[in-house]
Amino acid sequence: MSSVAQKKGFGAWLWDWLTTVDHKKIGILYLLGGGFFFVLGGIEAVLIRIQLLHPNSDLISAGLFNQLITMHGTTMIFLAAMPILFGFMNAIMPLQIGARDVAFPFINSLGLWMFIFGGLFLNISWFMGQAPDAGWTSYTSLAITSEGHGVDFYSIGLQIAGGGTLMSGINFLVTIINMRAPGMTYMRMPLFTWTTFIASAMILFAFPPLTIGLFFLTFDRLFGGNFFDHTMGGNTIIWEHIFWIFGHPEVYILILPAFGIFSEVFPTFSRKRLFGYTSMVFATVLIGFLGFMVWAHHMFTVGLGSTANAIFAVATMAIAVPTGVKIFNWLLTMWGGSIKVTVPMLYAIGFIPSFVMGGVTGIMQGAAPLDYQLHDSYFIVAHFHYVIIGGVVLSILAATHYWWPKMFGTLLDETLGKVTFWFFFIGFHMTFLIQHWLGFWGMPRRVFTYMDGQGWNAANYISTIGAFLMSIGVIVLVYNIIVTTVKNKRVGNDPWGDGRTLEWATQSPPVYYNFPQTPLVRGLDTVWIEKQEGNESGYTPAVPLQDIHMPHGSIIPFLMSFGLFMAGFGAMFRLETSWGLSLLVFGLFWTFVTMSIRSVKDDLGYYVPKEEILRDMKREGGQK
Amino acid sequence: MDLNKKFTPETWPDNPETATFEAKNKFVGFWLFLGGEVILFATLFATYLALKNKGPAGLEFSTQELYELPLVFVMTMLLLTSSLTSVYAMYHLRNYNFRKMQLWLGITAFLGLGFLMLEVYEFTHYVQLGFTYGNSAFSSSFYTLVGTHGFHVAIGLVWITLLIFRNAKRGLNLYNATKYYTFSLYWHFIDVIWVFIFTAVYLMGVVG
Repeated sequence: MSSVAQKKGFGAWLWDWLTTVDHKKIGILYLLGGGFFFVLGGIEAVLIRIQLLHPNSDLISAGLFNQLITMHGTTMIFLAAMPILFGFMNAIMPLQIGARDVAFPFINSLGLWMFIFGGLFLNISWFMGQAPDAGWTSYTSLAITSEGHGVDFYSIGLQIAGGGTLMSGINFLVTIINMRAPGMTYMRMPLFTWTTFIASAMILFAFPPLTIGLFFLTFDRLFGGNFFDHTMGGNTIIWEHIFWIFGHPEVYILILPAFGIFSEVFPTFSRKRLFGYTSMVFATVLIGFLGFMVWAHHMFTVGLGSTANAIFAVATMAIAVPTGVKIFNWLLTMWGGSIKVTVPMLYAIGFIPSFVMGGVTGIMQGAAPLDYQLHDSYFIVAHFHYVIIGGVVLSILAATHYWWPKMFGTLLDETLGKVTFWFFFIGFHMTFLIQHWLGFWGMPRRVFTYMDGQGWNAANYISTIGAFLMSIGVIVLVYNIIVTTVKNKRVGNDPWGDGRTLEWATQSPPVYYNFPQTPLVRGLDTVWIEKQEGNESGYTPAVPLQDIHMPHGSIIPFLMSFGLFMAGFGAMFRLETSWGLSLLVFGLFWTFVTMSIRSVKDDLGYYVPKEEILRDMKREGGQK
Repeated sequence: MDLNKKFTPETWPDNPETATFEAKNKFVGFWLFLGGEVILFATLFATYLALKNKGPAGLEFSTQELYELPLVFVMTMLLLTSSLTSVYAMYHLRNYNFRKMQLWLGITAFLGLGFLMLEVYEFTHYVQLGFTYGNSAFSSSFYTLVGTHGFHVAIGLVWITLLIFRNAKRGLNLYNATKYYTFSLYWHFIDVIWVFIFTAVYLMGVVG
């Protein structure tokens, strides 16, 4: 890291990763954690589909099935999709704005470890008798009466992970507001940075309600609260409102960065600037705003009344307008471009029809009367998998291939990438297209088995085969990652040859201080502009070479999160065991002590001397 | 940053809380954090108002029977005054008068502690009457809303105590000026929240 001699060996290596505050390493850790949970959630999904392969299947019991669907949904949203996107935001966004680091490296690391420990907490439930089983929405009429500790794992695990998400959101916001390189005005920011910005703002306003909702649930179940117990005056609809005031923006928190990724991929491989940049930015902001206005469309059948339903129906359908603007801009970016069909571009092209299909079924449900019909049927399952997989997961796979060389310095194999794409893409449509009809034919959501002779057998069979195809795609991807990592063929700064944004101006992987000198930004698609003007490095420095200020690593974020992890177990077993209460107190005490250490111990960072930067630059020059 | 660099009132910058790059980040980040806190409390307020006076059949306690305005009035005065004293502290921060700043922050903490002790007394009193956390949906939402505010006050007290003692010997610098300043922002924030609690919980509870 610094000029100080580094220790070698496994211990030093592990210590380095546990204490890192480098945004690129934290990005990699997010990818690792998120990837792990993605596979876990995928296995849960495949088990669900195997159970539904045949009618009257008794492979999985009803209770276990409830746990599987709950954990599949919770894992995929909170522990896979969001963290993987956070991984790319961490690794790429600071590079795109020409920053040295994020605004709060320590908090960045704290957010990561809270996500890891929250995710572990949730999944340890599998080994402690019972996983959460009240659905990922955990509606309280069911959740407060669920036996065992399943739902407690949900409420406390999500609380820990959610706290980390909120911190990361604030961190990204401040990074983008304060740390843009000279010349990087707001209207010159790459779309991925813009969508990170808006998604982070949404996190800031969507996660506090979730925090409170989860506290209510925890208090009701563990500490004698009555928020949701109607015999004591409670009201379960409060949970639904709070959950969806968080939950609806959450889907935009996921999809906006996905839009951002595709907005980077389309221009790069069409070799043409993004069509309608300004309208893209405004569409992003508008989607962010409208995302908060529509939560009650999840509650049309609750009985809020026709006025409320009408208002929320109209607001919901209004979101189609900015989204449509985006779709047309992407199409027009390709129009007349010189298209290169790489793996990321394949995902981008595949994304457009897939996501439009999901969007259209969303507008269908936006009409309250139709929603009464479709509510809680497989049509809903088909819809949200179309937007989440067709939008978010395809973008994650695109970003994995697109930014892999930047993050790891080696390209993923294109042929294997195409194999992954076709298995995944065909499997995805095979699994979920047919589920629209299953919904029309009356198959309810969340049922663990169904009777023979209702006309659902063939469709369910096809759906399950599709899930297998998707799994094969993911296995090929994992194989691809292993093979290319072992081969480790190094690539240069801009391996795609057509990089447009600032991340392509630095090394792959970037040196820990990102840029030897802060870059000067002279317009949208900085690197492209520089290359057009004959500057092959794609990089004009804004300042003379000088010492660089960097933050110190710290083990405290890890320890702090571990304290909350212990306190969670303590809270859960407070009444049943002799050690529960002491563990709760000890865990909270541990957290407060580590917080206090952080606040009284000065951490001013250190300076990387000019000579070392020069030495690094010379070495890099030799490689090129 | 050089922690040992000594300033004079003349060389001390006009806005010490945003004088360095790190300080600007903290300043913006803290305002955003407070934005999140607003939503957090808004959720608590909405829930409290929805569950106010809701309980099992034959609700034992209602807002009118429970709340005693004189006590809450004293608490309000303590907290509002502490916000004023923290303004004095910030005035001295800007003028590079470390000792007076510490003194006024000490007074702020003292007043905040007084508020917190009265709140503990209030809660204990209610519990003795039988108005426990599990008494009704109303009681749960009351204790959670007011208790979350009280918890924020307690965190603020720990925070300022740590700051006062940590920096007692080394005086003001551009590193800790932001820390003091964000504390004062936080303290004003919980004061504003209390004004809403005083209005929406106690006044509206007693009046109707």
